[in-house]
Amino acid sequence: MSWFLPDEAATRAAGERLGRLLAEGDVIAAVGDLGAGKTCFAQGVARGLDVPPGHYVNSPTFAILQSHPGRLTLHHIDLYRISDADELLGLGLEELLGVEGVGYVEWPGRAPEVLPADVLWLALTHEGAGRRLRLQPRGPRAEAVCAAFAAGSVQD
Amino acid sequence: MKILAIETSCDETACAIVEDGHRVLADQVATQIEIHRKYGGVVPELASRNHVVDIVPVVEAALAEAGLGLADLDAIAVTRGPGLVGALLVGLQVAKSLAWAHDKPLIPVNHLAGHLHAVHLHRPEEPAPATPGYPHLALAVSGGHTALYRVEAPGGPVRLVANTRDDAAGEAFDKVARMLGLGYPGGPTVERLARGGDATAHRFTIPRFKDGALDFSFSGLKTAVLTVLEKRGGFPEGQEQADLLASFQQAAVDQLVDRVIQATEEQGIEDVVLAGGVACNGCLRQTLRDALAQRGRRLFVPPPRWCTDNAAMIAGVAFTQAPAHPGHDAADRRLNAVGTWSVTA
Repeated sequence: MSWFLPDEAATRAAGERLGRLLAEGDVIAAVGDLGAGKTCFAQGVARGLDVPPGHYVNSPTFAILQSHPGRLTLHHIDLYRISDADELLGLGLEELLGVEGVGYVEWPGRAPEVLPADVLWLALTHEGAGRRLRLQPRGPRAEAVCAAFAAGSVQD
Repeated sequence: MKILAIETSCDETACAIVEDGHRVLADQVATQIEIHRKYGGVVPELASRNHVVDIVPVVEAALAEAGLGLADLDAIAVTRGPGLVGALLVGLQVAKSLAWAHDKPLIPVNHLAGHLHAVHLHRPEEPAPATPGYPHLALAVSGGHTALYRVEAPGGPVRLVANTRDDAAGEAFDKVARMLGLGYPGGPTVERLARGGDATAHRFTIPRFKDGALDFSFSGLKTAVLTVLEKRGGFPEGQEQADLLASFQQAAVDQLVDRVIQATEEQGIEDVVLAGGVACNGCLRQTLRDALAQRGRRLFVPPPRWCTDNAAMIAGVAFTQAPAHPGHDAADRRLNAVGTWSVTA
């Protein structure tokens, strides 16, 4: 399933719409190159989870994990600087992902072991001046979220 | 009052002893940059493993440098956050143990408060540096932070004026360096290779927010550099590389300077502090100093060794908080690290 997002506002709006559909324990794995809009999409998800508007949802690259308070806590994770899952020991990601709040994991390919079985994979790619969003559910819960997201929009 | 501080929030294992919040009697840093270079960034578990190896020798070296024993100290200070939790815990555990074993007060310090304080530090043989008046603005720029603060009084309170909405400035330097196949850390490499480059070769714009906020954004700049590279294909070298890096660096610096100038004018503030690892960037120091001087305002920048992560700045802040920690408190033994800890009140 795929959607064209002409600008940042559209990326954020798509994130917000997805955020509204999320429930406790949901995990999104966000794939895309540097500058593809993963953090921008995360800002939309935060809005959809009612993270307060003045709250900064900025890049977690340095901190690896930044948690934001909302309707559900958004655990924004960035594995960009990781080369294998052993390096994550001690961060306690396994106690968060799929268990508590909502997980949004950028660069999940660096340590796919930390993901639970049920994950909504999301890919953002450059397309002209805009971006293309693709969703690929793995597991029944991710499929339900994906179907609800698709039902609320027209693909193009 | 002599305070020993430990700092392990990221890739530096550091210990310092500072007297009365400004005289640096000892300042030891065991850098891990060589270890992290091959990974293209700071790797958290690697960081904490090496902190464990380095921490005790670094504390011993600091005591030897100052010619002091633990009994001569008035308090133990430690960075509690923000930072990598696994890394912070190493320093916190050592500080807790020292404070308990030697019956000293334990003073937990915010890492960013440390950066904002660094401008007060000097060696005993040097005269005390000129320091900013209050309130002043402080721009903290590093790999993990890019924020502008208003500091009301010595030791706080601190108010957030602007923050990055996406990447930190130092992160943008690191990521652009990586896009061009250059090493880590990106900042010094980009600055060196940008020398002799034409900063007007590429026109990167300064982002503005419709809501009028002075916030920063470096994500668009990163994408703009990527677009240049994609159109071209392959890594540029020589003059072409220098031109691209100089244009990128100037755009990043211009954005930082633009926000600082706007904030000083809106708030009528004379003095500005520049702190954090990116404060080592010569282009930023010079451009900001000139822009402020033209408007009759002053810039204060710590020497490079106290811009990057160090423990002296932590000991300095601890001095301002010492009255709240008169003696050893058993509850300190339960003190935990805080990965995300705002410096603002």
